[in-house]
Amino acid sequence: MTVATADAVVCRGITKVYGSGPDAVPALRGIDLDVKSGELMMLVGPSGCGKTTLISVIAGILDQDEGTCHVFGEDVKQLGARAKTAFRGRTVGFVFQAYNLLPALNAAENVAVPLLIQGVKRKEAVDRAREVLERVDLGHRWRSLPSQLSGGQQQRVAIGRALVHDPKLIVCDEPTSALDQETGHKVMEILRAVAVGPGRSLVIVTHDARVFEFADRIAKMNDGRVERVVTSAKELR
Amino acid sequence: MNFVALKMLIGDRAKYIGILIGLTFASLLITQQASIFWGLMTRTYGQISDMGQPDIWVMDPKVQFIDDVKPLQSTELYRVRGVEGVEWVAPLYKGLLKARLSNGSFQTVICLGLDDSTLIGGPPEMVEGELEDLRRAEGVIVDVVAAQGKLAKPAATEGGKPTPLKVGDTLEINDHRAVVVGLCRVSRTFQSQPVVFTTFSRATTFAPRERKLLSFVLVGAKPGVDQAELSARIRAATGLAAWTADEFKVMTMKYFLKYTGIPVNFGIAVLLGFLIGTVIAGQTFYNFTLENIRQFGALKAMGTGNGTLLRMILLQSLLAGSIGYGIGVGLASAFGLLTRNTELAFRMPWWVLTASAGAVLFICMLSALLSIRKVVKLEPAIVFKS
Repeated sequence: MTVATADAVVCRGITKVYGSGPDAVPALRGIDLDVKSGELMMLVGPSGCGKTTLISVIAGILDQDEGTCHVFGEDVKQLGARAKTAFRGRTVGFVFQAYNLLPALNAAENVAVPLLIQGVKRKEAVDRAREVLERVDLGHRWRSLPSQLSGGQQQRVAIGRALVHDPKLIVCDEPTSALDQETGHKVMEILRAVAVGPGRSLVIVTHDARVFEFADRIAKMNDGRVERVVTSAKELR
Repeated sequence: MNFVALKMLIGDRAKYIGILIGLTFASLLITQQASIFWGLMTRTYGQISDMGQPDIWVMDPKVQFIDDVKPLQSTELYRVRGVEGVEWVAPLYKGLLKARLSNGSFQTVICLGLDDSTLIGGPPEMVEGELEDLRRAEGVIVDVVAAQGKLAKPAATEGGKPTPLKVGDTLEINDHRAVVVGLCRVSRTFQSQPVVFTTFSRATTFAPRERKLLSFVLVGAKPGVDQAELSARIRAATGLAAWTADEFKVMTMKYFLKYTGIPVNFGIAVLLGFLIGTVIAGQTFYNFTLENIRQFGALKAMGTGNGTLLRMILLQSLLAGSIGYGIGVGLASAFGLLTRNTELAFRMPWWVLTASAGAVLFICMLSALLSIRKVVKLEPAIVFKS
């Protein structure tokens, strides 16, 4: 079902429970959340509050138990397995906390992976990946293996990988938690500069208060619920 | 994504080498042991293969294999000749006789006595001399490997090399003087005894006195006569056993398969190679997948379907399998080449290579299957777990 909306992500009444019976752990308890197109939204809150579960549902890699989640008008849960996989490949870019770069591929090849998944020829994919690496200031290190790059550089490669296929939604899971303050700041500056734009939204899960300033809006979560949505880190205090 | 799959495999050098070692080892052991097994089996009927002329072998019905000689009356030769469809018949004497060497020691030899007039059943390749030289007085033709080994004359000096037996030398066979008139090359026999050719009549003088000395009747079929039908006619007419050369080979091989532990011993070695290869390659490949599980998870999250991942894992497995198989077969071939002039039996027919390839393919598929199961069941959400 396609819903016409200016919002990139529209979540209504999302619930998710892990396990069953007496061992059941409710992770999401009826989440309502909108992410606007061109917006950088941060999901913040203590560990175990459901941030990662929510971002997994939004990214289409986990199905909610109840509620609906429309991403750019598409009800992701209703898609078949193959269509969902294709939807993710086409629409979503990922930046992971642990980078998850393929150690045997150089920086350009790693960035090219989403294009290769979509069937783009290797040479064309690598050429486009090198252009993206220029945008994240790593053009000169395109041949380097992940093991030859610093943590900050690896995360920039991961950002390049999330951008290369021009997805409408980029989800980032703790992108700065493994980095020192200065590097984390730089990574966020790059993310803000190259990833946010018209028609593209960013959802970032973080508990790193040092980077809250980069958000357009911040959704404060607690115990599986969105407590409030604010536009400035100061409002969280 | 094939490129990504191959880079993932080759990029992890230690694991890649581990997988290759497992597959190489399995391929080497399976190919080498099966080739030695087949080499031994072909030796059991080497003398039947060497005698290319006879279409049919006629023998006592109780004979179970080529070395199981149960002599016939010489009159059987004429009875067989009388069967319709027989072009020619030739007597063959086959027996184990004692040869006395010049240093006084004895060596058992396989003596083959050929039809005096036609010399049918002679060696497939003469190294020195002519087959017709057997017509010279006391003439014998000796196989060249025995002449240089078991029948060689002792070294002139202590610790020196023995002197090979050569044309013109003499030896005693059952106290009868024999003169070497030629050297030949024959297939190694299962017992690895020296082979000595002579005429039928001379062989019967070498042999201990017995009432019956005809070991086999060799038969040539008339052109256009079906050999199997002719065998059946000979059996019906004479009451003797009659087998085509191929049937006799199979019969001989079956005897050794049934009554010796050879197949079991080699079967165990081949099975061990297969199992060890499976365990090493399977375990290493599975570990390789497990260690890359987050990468597979990331690929899944980024939109790689299960079908593509399945293809990637199969490609990785087949590439490793092909390289491991190639190295293993190469090593087995090198082994065969290096041991070609030794006592070791080694034959690598096409079906050994095919069977070995099949076994390696099975190992690869099994290893891949374990990994594929893991990856297909993998939740892409794993990538968000630190």
